[in-house]
Amino acid sequence: MSAVSLSSSTTQTVPRIRTWLRNLARNYVVRRLAVALLKIYIVVTLTFFIIRLMPSNPIDAYIAELMDLYGYSYEDARDEAAALFGIDLEAPVWKQYIDYLIDLLHGDLGTSYRSKGTPVKALIAKYLPWTLFSVGTALLISFTLGMLLGMAMAYWRGSWFDHLLTTLASIISAIPNYLIAMMLLVFLGVQWKILPIAKMRGAYSPGMKPSLSWAFIKDVFYHAALPITTYILTTVGGWMLAMKSSTLSTLGEDYVTVAKARGLPERRIVTAYVGRNASLPLVTQLAISIGFVVGGSTLIEFIFVYQGIGQLLLSSINTRDYPVMQGVFLVITIAVILANFLAEFVYGWLDPRVRVR
Amino acid sequence: MSYSQSTWKTWLHLIRHNKVGFLGFLGVLFFILLSFVGPYFIPLDTETKIDQIYQPPSSEHWLGTDSEGRDIFSQIVHGGRDVLMVAFLAGLMSTGIAVVLGSLSALAGGWVDQAIMGLADIVLTIPHFPLLAVLAGLVRLDNYVYLAVILAALAWPSLARAIRAQVLSLRERDFVEAARTLDLGTRHIILREILPNMVSYIVINLIFAMTSAIYAQVGLVFLGLVPFSGQNWGVMLSLAWTRGAIFYKNSFWYIMAPVLAIVLFQLSLVSFARLLEEIFDPRLRAVG
Repeated sequence: MSAVSLSSSTTQTVPRIRTWLRNLARNYVVRRLAVALLKIYIVVTLTFFIIRLMPSNPIDAYIAELMDLYGYSYEDARDEAAALFGIDLEAPVWKQYIDYLIDLLHGDLGTSYRSKGTPVKALIAKYLPWTLFSVGTALLISFTLGMLLGMAMAYWRGSWFDHLLTTLASIISAIPNYLIAMMLLVFLGVQWKILPIAKMRGAYSPGMKPSLSWAFIKDVFYHAALPITTYILTTVGGWMLAMKSSTLSTLGEDYVTVAKARGLPERRIVTAYVGRNASLPLVTQLAISIGFVVGGSTLIEFIFVYQGIGQLLLSSINTRDYPVMQGVFLVITIAVILANFLAEFVYGWLDPRVRVR
Repeated sequence: MSYSQSTWKTWLHLIRHNKVGFLGFLGVLFFILLSFVGPYFIPLDTETKIDQIYQPPSSEHWLGTDSEGRDIFSQIVHGGRDVLMVAFLAGLMSTGIAVVLGSLSALAGGWVDQAIMGLADIVLTIPHFPLLAVLAGLVRLDNYVYLAVILAALAWPSLARAIRAQVLSLRERDFVEAARTLDLGTRHIILREILPNMVSYIVINLIFAMTSAIYAQVGLVFLGLVPFSGQNWGVMLSLAWTRGAIFYKNSFWYIMAPVLAIVLFQLSLVSFARLLEEIFDPRLRAVG
């Protein structure tokens, strides 16, 4: 008996590793991670080739700019461009691709063609925080406001309050956000002269040193006010309508009736019973939308001349600055994938019914 | 799918009841007429008139004049056709792709299903607007069909997923089971049993696809990423912007005319879609 158990315990190590590997492959988190990495790889590859399929290239774009702006002759502009870049765009595309992938694996995003010697990472580190700040603040405010208003609409459904907000929400979510941004500029800035729009451009005032002082924080909010207002105006309607319908369906649940029958105070029912459950589907939505708003900020940042990732993308497209374009795409894609990831886990954490073991 | 007399009566009742939706329908009709018939009656004003720069709206110039003294209203009339065509083509193509791939995915199952859904997943992962901004570089100057194709190529995945789910659920219904028992063939089952049950859903999504196509195309043209020339609401917007029309009181109508045209058309489309939703889905009808 004892001899058998002894021998089996030594020979079991190999199967144990195999079981461990099998469990690993079956593990939900590991599988999701693998899929996420695969997605990032595919997107990186796709964007790499699409970017190089675009007509014109960094050198031609620079030559055109020199000829347009400074009146260079074509020959002078070409010589100047060749001297500035010193890059080998003649190398076969597949070789460029392999080099890019190897650099990427080492965490190297390359250097900008246009701002000579500036690593792409530094550019992204300079522009991304402003987008994250403006979009993040707006999303939080919009989400909170939308939840509160949506619940109120569901509670007083059919009232003038509900009708008014429903109409407003559907009107404003049908208008493209960049047109709302433009109307804010035209009306608040020029026609009614309420805001000094020229001063509000940029991420912070010139001469201001980034620090944790009250003056700087105030300045940052001052400059981000218009983009944030635009994001809130254009997204709050969606949150309101979603929360309203979610609350309406929660109000019909048995546990709410039971809670009422037990004579629980209305306040407790609203917060702990209805609000918590009704907000579940919205929390997932919130996580997903983080990724997408970062990608959709291009137009708003262009209109308000706000120095975020969208501006960086736009200028890199216009100068055909391949490494910068790729870096921005990589960052946005990772943001979207992380957001999806987050959504899944947050939902599982909030709602034990969908938890995956 | 034949509608009896009483169905028509219900429709009429709904149209009378949902005034906003009916207004939306009229708005859509108005913009189609304005953009496709209007150009035959209202000539495009291309003559530069230095003494008439930024005139306010008057009986002669309904929406005033632009930075070169040209009539803005005539530009709005001539600028709608391309926007509407791109929106319609892009909406039609993306809905078509979504219906074909979605039903194929549901009916074929197996690796076909996995491949299509995997593709949809990847297209959904790449942020659309930045990708469109890059793809727009591939659009040729003279042809808006290219733009529609590019918009459609990115817009199909979420509808395809929804169609797949619908087909999967419809497939299990009794009437499909009955058709299968009668050995009516896959073609018959798809075209006669399953598709008619999704028509309303598809039509409404076509309209919403059109609104997002307008969002994307005008945005791209405005940023100057699509090398369009000629008359187009997006080009008007872009020109008004680069000429600094937002900064003067007098140029108010130059920038607001294309903005209003786009906003009103979008609102019309959305409320028309809501009306259709109510007509097709009795559960959404307001009581009374």
